[in-house]
Parts: sequence; C-alpha cells; structure tokens
Amino acid sequence: MHQIPWEVMLILLPLSGAMACFLWPRRTLLFGLSSALGVGACVAGLGWRLLEQGAQRYAVGGWGAPLGIDLYADGLSLLMLMMTALVGLGVSVYSIGYFERRQAALFWPLWLLLWSALNALFLSADIFNLYVTLELLGLAAVALVALAGGANALTAAMRYLLVNMLASLCYLLGVALLYHSFGSVDIAILAQRVEASPAVWAAMGLMSAGLLLKSALFPLHFWLPPAHASAPAPVSALLSALVVKASFYILLRLWLEIFPPAGAGPGQLFGVLGAAAVLWGGIQALRQTRLKLLIAYSTVAQLGYLFLAFPLASSFAWKGSLYLLLSHALAKAAMFMAAGNILRFCGHDRIADLDRVAQRLPVTMTAFAVAGISIVGLPPSGGFIGKWMLLEAAFRAGQWWWAITLILGGMLAAAYIFKVIGYAFTRAGVLRQTTRVPATMEWAALALALAALLLGLVAPWPLSLMEIGLPFGGAEAGVLEWTEQP
Amino acid sequence: MSSIFLYALAGVGLFSLGLYALIVHAHLLRKILAINVMGSGVFLILVALGGRTAGVVPDVVPHAMVITGIVVAVSATALALALVLRVQAATGRAELPEEPLE
Amino acid sequence: MNWDAGLPLLIVATSLFSGLAIFFLSEEHVAARTILNLGGAVLKLVLVGVMIWGVFHGHHYEARLPLLPGLDLLLRADAESMLFVVLSSGLWLLTTIYAIGYLEGSPHRSRFFGFFSLCVTATVGVALAGNLITFVFFYELLTLATYPLIVHRETEVARRAGRTYLIYTITGGALLLAGTVWLYSMSGTLEFSHRGIVAGLLDTHRVSLIVVFVMLVAGLGVKAALVPLHGWLPQAMVAPAPVSALLHAVAVVKAGAFGIVRVVDDVYGVEATTKLGVSGPLAALAGVTIIYGSLRALFQDDLKRRLAFSTVSQVSYIVLGIAIIGPIATTGGLVHLVHQGVMKITLFFCAGNLAETLGIHKVSEMNGVGRRMPWTMAAFTIGALGMIGVPPLAGFVTKWYLGVGALDAGQEWVIYILAGSSLLNAGYFLPVLYAAWFKPAPDSWPDERSFGRFETSLALLAPPVVTALLTLAVGLLASAPFSPLQWARFITKLEYIP
Repeated sequence: MHQIPWEVMLILLPLSGAMACFLWPRRTLLFGLSSALGVGACVAGLGWRLLEQGAQRYAVGGWGAPLGIDLYADGLSLLMLMMTALVGLGVSVYSIGYFERRQAALFWPLWLLLWSALNALFLSADIFNLYVTLELLGLAAVALVALAGGANALTAAMRYLLVNMLASLCYLLGVALLYHSFGSVDIAILAQRVEASPAVWAAMGLMSAGLLLKSALFPLHFWLPPAHASAPAPVSALLSALVVKASFYILLRLWLEIFPPAGAGPGQLFGVLGAAAVLWGGIQALRQTRLKLLIAYSTVAQLGYLFLAFPLASSFAWKGSLYLLLSHALAKAAMFMAAGNILRFCGHDRIADLDRVAQRLPVTMTAFAVAGISIVGLPPSGGFIGKWMLLEAAFRAGQWWWAITLILGGMLAAAYIFKVIGYAFTRAGVLRQTTRVPATMEWAALALALAALLLGLVAPWPLSLMEIGLPFGGAEAGVLEWTEQP
Repeated sequence: MSSIFLYALAGVGLFSLGLYALIVHAHLLRKILAINVMGSGVFLILVALGGRTAGVVPDVVPHAMVITGIVVAVSATALALALVLRVQAATGRAELPEEPLE
Repeated sequence: MNWDAGLPLLIVATSLFSGLAIFFLSEEHVAARTILNLGGAVLKLVLVGVMIWGVFHGHHYEARLPLLPGLDLLLRADAESMLFVVLSSGLWLLTTIYAIGYLEGSPHRSRFFGFFSLCVTATVGVALAGNLITFVFFYELLTLATYPLIVHRETEVARRAGRTYLIYTITGGALLLAGTVWLYSMSGTLEFSHRGIVAGLLDTHRVSLIVVFVMLVAGLGVKAALVPLHGWLPQAMVAPAPVSALLHAVAVVKAGAFGIVRVVDDVYGVEATTKLGVSGPLAALAGVTIIYGSLRALFQDDLKRRLAFSTVSQVSYIVLGIAIIGPIATTGGLVHLVHQGVMKITLFFCAGNLAETLGIHKVSEMNGVGRRMPWTMAAFTIGALGMIGVPPLAGFVTKWYLGVGALDAGQEWVIYILAGSSLLNAGYFLPVLYAAWFKPAPDSWPDERSFGRFETSLALLAPPVVTALLTLAVGLLASAPFSPLQWARFITKLEYIP
C-alpha cells in the first residue's frame, strides 16, 4: 500500500484528465469528474501515509536532489492539497450546471491543468520547480479568466497575465541569485547553507516582491478585483480560494525554511502592508455596489490577515494564519458560487436590487451567510478559530496593535457582508424576471460554506496535521513561552 | 572584473530596460516585448552565473533552467499575443483601459 | 458519552435540531411546524426540570468539546446558569405559543420559527457556558440568529433597524472578543469560578485588567442596553411582537445582563472587582441608565417604544445589584433577571394583543380599552404594577433587596435612584392604566378584528395571563423553596461565603 507514489499521481492524474478532456470534448464531464474524484482519493491516500510515517520526500524517477527533482510533503503541503481537493470537488460539481456544453469543453481542460499545477506546486521541494509550477498555474488561470469573453474579462485577463509574467521574472531572478550563491535550488539544502549577505537579501527581496504581487498584497492588489470579479463564477471561486494562496504558500516556505531568523525587518513590513490591506480592502468592499466586486475586495482584505503572522513569527501565529487561509478558501469559494447563483437568478448583481433573494433562493443565501460568518470571523467557523489564534499570538507577543487590525477588519467584514444580507431580506421597488438555478449549483455552494463552518468545530484535528514534519518549527509548537507585557 | 560579471551586468541592464518599457508604454504589444526583453536579461544572468570559476567546465544546471525558462516564456508570449488580438477585437484598441469598462 | 455530559448537550440540541428541521418545512406544513416548535420547547423544559432535580441531588453536569489547544467548549450546570436556563426555556415555551397565534396566516413562518429556535439555542448556550470563550461563542451566535427576526418584515425600515442592531452588537461583540483573548493571554484560563480567575494578576497587570474589564462590560453592555449603548433597542421595535418579547425578556438583553453578572462574579470575582475600583463606576453607570431610561419612557406615545425604554431602565437594576457588591444587593440583582423577564414579557404580549386585535399602537389610543379586552389589560396591569414595585408583586421583591443591600453596603445614593425610578415608573405606567380602565372608549378602534369567543385568540391570550400569574406568584411565594429569590440567595452564598 505504501509503495503507491501518491505524490506523482496527484500531479499526473489531473494532467492526463486535462489531456483527455481536451482530446474528447464530448466526454469532458466523465473525464473531469472522475479525475476530480481520483485526486480526492489520492489526497486521502497521501494523508494516510503522512499520518503513519511522517513527512515524505520522493525522488521523481529515482533521481534525487541536487540534480533530480524531489517532491516533498509535510503537514503544510497536505493541508494545502486537501483544501485544493475540497474546493476543487465543490467547483467541479458546481460547474456541471454552470457551463453549457461548448464552454464546458473549454473550462474542464484548463481547470484540470490548473489543479495539476497547484498540486505540483504544493509538492515541490525546490525553488526552481516552484517557478515552473507557478508559471503553469498563472497561464491556466489567465486563460480561465478570459473564458467569460467580453471586453471586461479580456482586459482583466490581459492585465492579470502581464502582472503574472512580471512577477515570475522577478522570482526567477531571485532564484538565479540564490543558485549562484549556494549552488542549489533545493529548499532543504539551501536552508542549511544560507547565510545573510547582500546577494541573499537581493534574492529574497526580488522573490518576495514577485510573490507579493501574485498574492495581491496591498498596494499590489490593483489587478485582483477586476480579474476575480469578471471571471465566470467557478473561476472566480478558484482564483480567490486557491490561486492567490499558492504564491502565499511559496512565500511562507521561503521565509519559514530558507531564511527564518532574518525575517524581523521584512516581517514588520509585511505586517504593516497586511494591516493596510485589511483596512483598505474592507473599506473598498463596503463601497462597492456590485456583489462580485464586493467579494473580490473582500479577498484583498482577507489576504491581508495572512500576512499578520509575519511580524508575530510564532508557530501559534503561523498556524492561525494557515487556519485563516484554509477557512477563507472554503468560505470564499462558496461565496463566489453563491454570487454566481444570484447573478444567474436575478440577471444582475446590483446589491441594492437583490429583492428578497433570502426568501426566493434560500439555499444560496444560506451558503452566502454561512460563508460570511467565517469571513467575518464569528463563531462557530474556521475564521473564528484562525482569528482567535492570531489575536492570542498578538497579545502574547505584546504587539496588541495587530489585534486592533484584526478586530477592525472583522467589523468591516461584518459591515459589507450584512449589507448584502440586509438587502437580500428587503423588498425592492421593481419586480424582475428571474431564471431558475440548478440545484447542484446551490448545494455545491452550501456544502463548501458548511465545510468552512465545520472547520470551527474540529480545530484540533487540522492543527494536529500541521505538526507533521514540523513546518512551523519546535515540537512544542502549540505551547508558547509566556511573554509578560510591560 | 571578469567577463562573467560583465554578462551578468548586461543582464541586469536588460532587465531594468524591460521593466522601464513595461511601465511607460501603453500599447500591449510593446508591453509584451518589454517582458520578453526582461526575460532575456534574466536568462543572460542565469547563464553567466553558471560559469562560476574560469577555466572549469561551466555548471550545466543553469543552462537547463534557461531552456525551461525559454519554453515557459514562449508559451506565455503566445498566450499574451492571442489575448491581445481578442482585446483588440473586443475593445477596438490594443491598450488596457484606465477605468473598468461597463 | 454518559448522562451527566449528555444532558447539557441535549438541552442545547432540542431547540437546535427542531429549528434546523423547521427550515426545511414548506409554509403549508402548519401542523408539523407546530409539533416541532412545541415539542422542542416542552422537551427542553422537561430536560431542564430533570437537570434541576439532578443539580439539587448533587450531580455535576458538564460537557466538554475541544475547541482550540487548551480551550474547550464547556457547557456546565451551575447555580447561575440554572437560573437563566429556567427563565429562558420557560418563557420560550410561552413565547412560542404566542408567536404561533400571532403569526397565523402571515408569510415566511418556517424561516421565522427556524431562527426563533436558533435564538433560544444560543441563549441556552449562553446560560450554560462554563467559560468565557463558550459564552462568547453563543453570545455571537445569538446576534446572528436574532438579525433575521428583526428584518423579518422585509421593509426598508426593518432593514435599517437591523443595520443599527448589527452596528451596535457587532461592535460590542468585537470588544468582548478582544477583551476575552487579552484576558486569556494574561490568565491562561477562562473558566468561570466563584473566586474569579484574575486574583494572581492583580499586582502585576492592574492597568491591563481594568482595560479588559471595561472592554468586556462595554461589549456586554451593548446587549444589556446600558446608556449610551442602548440606541438599537427602541429601533428594533419594528420587529413582530414575539420578537420584541424575545429581545427584551428571554434572550438578547438578558444575555448581556447575565454576561455582566458572569464577568463580575465568576471571571473577576467580587473581591478583584472591588480592588480594581471598577465596581463603583459600573454602579454609577447603571444608576444613570435607570433614570435615563425611565425619563425617556415618560415621553413616548408609541406603546412599544415606551416599553423599550422601560427595559433600558429595568435591566440596569440587575447590573446595579451586581455592581453594589454585597450579598443582599447581589441577590436583588440576580432575582431581577427572572422578575424583569416575567414582567416585561407580560407587557409585550399585551402590547402585541392590542396591536393585533384592535390595531392600537399608541398610548393615546388606549382609552377605555380595559372594557374591550379585560383579560389582556388585567395582565398588563399586573405587569405594570410589578414594574413600579407595588407589593407583593415581583418588582417589589427586587427593589426591596436592592435597597436593603445598598444600605448594607453603605451606598445610600442607591435609595434615591430606586425612589426616583419608582416614581418615574409610576409616571409612565399609571396614566396608561388610568386611560385604559377609566376613560371612555372611542366609537371605533383603529383596526379591529374579531376572534369569536374570547377577546382575542386563545394562543395570544393565554401566555400573558400565565406570565401575569407568574409575576404574582414569584412575589407572593418568594420565600417558598425553589422560588427565584431562594435560588438567587443560594447563588449569592456561593459567591460571598468562602
């Protein structure tokens, strides 16, 4: 049983699924859904083995590092893979009803390619491989945005592509510098050899800049709202839930493993930018009159939270940030799907004209509201757990100002979420024609939203998975030294 | 001052030149060209830094990386060009609008 | 899972699952919905009865679910929680009966009763919470579950009222959460205990503890409608009458007041609260709220708004009793938790009956209504007299204990507050009673509906009559075993006698 190379299958399965969907466009649904289920099974298999044997390193084709390509899986990768699989399954089911046949033939190959790239990214053990997967991911994502057609989506896709290419080149330049200094691109080897020098600082700066651009950290978020808002709903869900998280994941690996002690200065900078993102994104979201744009700005704000772990830099904070990342992925995917349903039902997404969708589309609105609870960070939801952990880490580190950001961000989120819910409960002046929404679309959204809620009740379990391979340091990572406040 | 260093410096120059062009030019084709120039700069640096010590056979890993990079850059450029055509068809201009369209 | 851990979970679950099931019923399934509603409510009440019996016989009911490393979701039956659980589950049954009658034939009832049940689930969770994080957990849930009830009417006014409600409660919730985490980062535990959990920190973290106390009380004060955090309460009156009853007597306002009781008694402990010097300002704030609420109530013509300001005033009796710091006053505050609930719910039921049956919304329209609806107005009269503090009704017991307790603690100023407030209570209730009983009735009522045999439908009439009788009973039988007063004295003993 443990001889099965789940890691490789996780990459190859969606890749071959993508090929099959491309070659036989009439059979996309069959190939697509079976790949989706297969990937889910592979993640379960990998998880099982990680639980039994701890972190895993796999040399592809028997060629180990430094020359060959290594795949590495620990608790962090596993959780990212699980998140991808869950959101992926939800989006796959959702897309059955969303796309008509011709569009489905375009969507499925691209989506499976994206999935393959994501899995490869989360399993990569070296920084050059990460570059390649990042590029694959970016290209698939851009094509998916363009899928909607229309001037808005196309220009958004174009801007997204340019940003992606620029960011990747910055990252690659950083890789070149690191390789030149230490003769390896393997993360584990680099972690042993690296020592502070101007070249390393330049490399880390370039790579971080590229990755921040891709993660849309304020003020580099300008490309995100149009791209996420104009894409088709399942694509918006994928972009907000998964794609932006991929570059954040690389950032996390870089600063946690390659260059941890020197993170203090940049950590504070990341924290300040993150705080600005939380506030700015929240205010912008509140100002929007279109539902999808509101959700997109909410993503900008929520991404800001993740960066608050950098200045705190305790394992408790990292875990809190990761917990927020996971619950945001599920909740935001559900939210974009719900928005897609509303858009289809009403024919528009003007918030002020929602006209009692709470009553007329109850499953969808429940999905939106439940996802909203997690986005705001109210109990019982994964967002609450993540926020609690970050708050606790902030108070324990004596850096209470980050707590203020977290609290204000939550209040802003409540304001924009309940703005939508309030209008969904209210009668609008004019009655409009409505279109039926397939049940699969409604229930797929609700399932993901409930998963985000459930994360708030089963926290010990994901938190114990985070211990596999100790990506966040120390065995007693959960227990912090008490830091007395002055 | 070795020749390697000179190559690397040229690479940095190309990178900066491309970045500048990417920012100042509005036409999408120019932007794509600018990014390709940037890419060439990065590849030049990679190759140059590969020959770390003079006289010895240069490290081949960066070369492999450059080949991979070129493949990636070509596909990205192809996608970009296809998108430019679509943007031009949809908006009538090969430029990115400042304000979102309605 | 054994019975002692299962019972608290079951008590929470009865309304949770009946609520969730109701969401899936279509509008026409009136019978199924009614069975679920009443079945859930009765079952909960029976289970609470079993729990009281068990607590009395020395059982420790405690359920723990791990929530975070080192933090559990803890449901526990202690003396305080029993007081609140009995109140909320008892009144919930009556309110449910009332709501079924009140909403007969109106749209979206499945949605309404679903959230209604969730509200009570959250309230019972608040009552049974054994530590501060569990309290916060259910307290926020309560906010979420009440919102759809406030905007239930689907009008623009309702939406605005809902927005105001959220602005207040979410801000309050955020303060409460931040204070809780901060406290936890200092104390390392959040579990309620009769001596408090901060005793060891008094010397080292004095300022932080005061700030946290202010944050917690401000967060809870929003729901308890302490001045100046009371603005949402009168606005929320746009909701249907059963919701007002729920907000004012059963759930929301009570959860805030109960939270303050918990913070003073079981998180900080009376000793630390005194040592930190925060009890005096809290008592003063409660005093101001009592007078301010009564003054505002005097000038409201809208009956429900008058009652709303009366709530602002009356709930602060609870806070005042706790903040005076002394066994007798604490007893008075705690017992008022029950007394105010019973009296105020009577008044809101009656106000709803007047609006439903005759279309009366204003005090100025109530002339002679006593003869048209004698049972309703009799109940209203008992409730109102109780609020004023006429012996032997519920309110009198409270005020007596508060007054004696204040003298016992050497805080004479409280007597003036009580006297002034009682005068004002009389000022805004007696004219209503006079008009209803002694002024001549108009030729026609604003919007009269006929209900056959009784003055109004039986489902609307029975609950206020029952609660009025309760108002009488808890006053008359205050010294009987298991009366709210005796229970409150039992709690106080635990707090004050080492």
